[in-house]
Amino acid sequence: MENTFELSVTVNGTSYQKVIDPRTLLSDFLRNDLELTGTHVGCEHGVCGACTIILNGDPVRSCLLFAPQVHGQEIITVEGLGTVDDMHPLQEAFREAHALQCGFCTPGFLTTLVPWLEENPNPTEEEIREAVSGNLCRCTGYQHIIDAVKLAAEKMN
Amino acid sequence: MKPAPFKYYAPQSVPEVLDLLNEYGYDAKVLAGGQSLVPMMNFRLVQPAVIVDINKIPELSYIEPHDKGVRLGAMVRHSQAEKDPLIKEHAPLIHETMPQIATVQIRNRGTIGGSLAHADSSAELVVVTTALDAKFKIQNQKGERLVPAAEFFVGLLTTSMESEDLLVEVQIPPMPAHSGWSLKEVARRPHDFALMGVAVILTLNKKDRCTEARMVYLSAGDGPISAPEAAKLLIGNEITPELITAAAEKAAADEIDPGSDIHATAEFRRHLANVLTRRALEEALQRAKGGN
Repeated sequence: MENTFELSVTVNGTSYQKVIDPRTLLSDFLRNDLELTGTHVGCEHGVCGACTIILNGDPVRSCLLFAPQVHGQEIITVEGLGTVDDMHPLQEAFREAHALQCGFCTPGFLTTLVPWLEENPNPTEEEIREAVSGNLCRCTGYQHIIDAVKLAAEKMN
Repeated sequence: MKPAPFKYYAPQSVPEVLDLLNEYGYDAKVLAGGQSLVPMMNFRLVQPAVIVDINKIPELSYIEPHDKGVRLGAMVRHSQAEKDPLIKEHAPLIHETMPQIATVQIRNRGTIGGSLAHADSSAELVVVTTALDAKFKIQNQKGERLVPAAEFFVGLLTTSMESEDLLVEVQIPPMPAHSGWSLKEVARRPHDFALMGVAVILTLNKKDRCTEARMVYLSAGDGPISAPEAAKLLIGNEITPELITAAAEKAAADEIDPGSDIHATAEFRRHLANVLTRRALEEALQRAKGGN
């Protein structure tokens, strides 16, 4: 490739070096180049929230970033929140409160809410609804997601 | 790959950006937060040959006091402005506007300068900076100039900037004494593009007579749409509920030019404008009387 970019980035604590086409979207880079397929690709124009990742501590849409933009920066994807044997309290709460059915939107909800719960440890229902307003879910009707966030807040306090 | 191929530059200083813009002209596009540009590139609605990423320039992210108001570097992100105490104190309308813009993930990345340079007529910052009579500092290789909002936004997604220009700063003047402000909008879903919206600033004298009134509408035409004739009904008078009703009707019927699309008819948008103007004027009046 003539037009290339040498990218180094830290994802979930591991540093990676890859040579990529600069037009590679961060969402595609995570899924195709790093094989971290937990980040889901929904609308690819910043509406659905499924591709949300945590960039330097803040939730952002990975479909609206070109991979070279995260050169030298730190990313956490859903894979970095917990493991099957050692889940994050929010992941446990999602399981217990039935906050997912098909699960497609779940990584985006989790990566949006984990930093948010750290800043808002005692949220009201209204605040939770506002916090998830950038993430679409077509299965649950949101009610169980709200319940899970409340449960997670209790677990984390 | 969703976007068409491009050459990527990530300059570390403003002069380097200006050199690149001078070299590539209209083939280059500046990438700020990318929350409007990247979707357009993903759809291939735009296919810039060169991307000039200005996210690596730390000196464009300041928020400082300026001439009793405040000035913001073009790369201040929405979430940064939202939490900033200086903006809360000196630019209350901006402070109130920030949480209404898009979703938290977008606000974490989107920038003030990017939103303004994109000049979407449904963007809150476009109408709010017009109502506030903000000034835009623009640089190119030859020098810099200060452009008032009224001359910055010139049409559909269009500003008065040329291909070699970079927006580097936005200056927000102070709110005059005895002024009140409001931003009201209606969107189908929270944080989605608003079907209609209005930013209002009212200034009263000591006898509670209106000395200045500004109403600027979003999603009401090709750019931010002002309603000077409706404002004339208010200026010089004590603002009564009857006067508010008359001004709202005047603006909605005669001064805005909303279109019809799948989301709303022009008629419905005029109806919303009427209702929102009334509510915004009432809130602004209350705040103006409260001594803000």
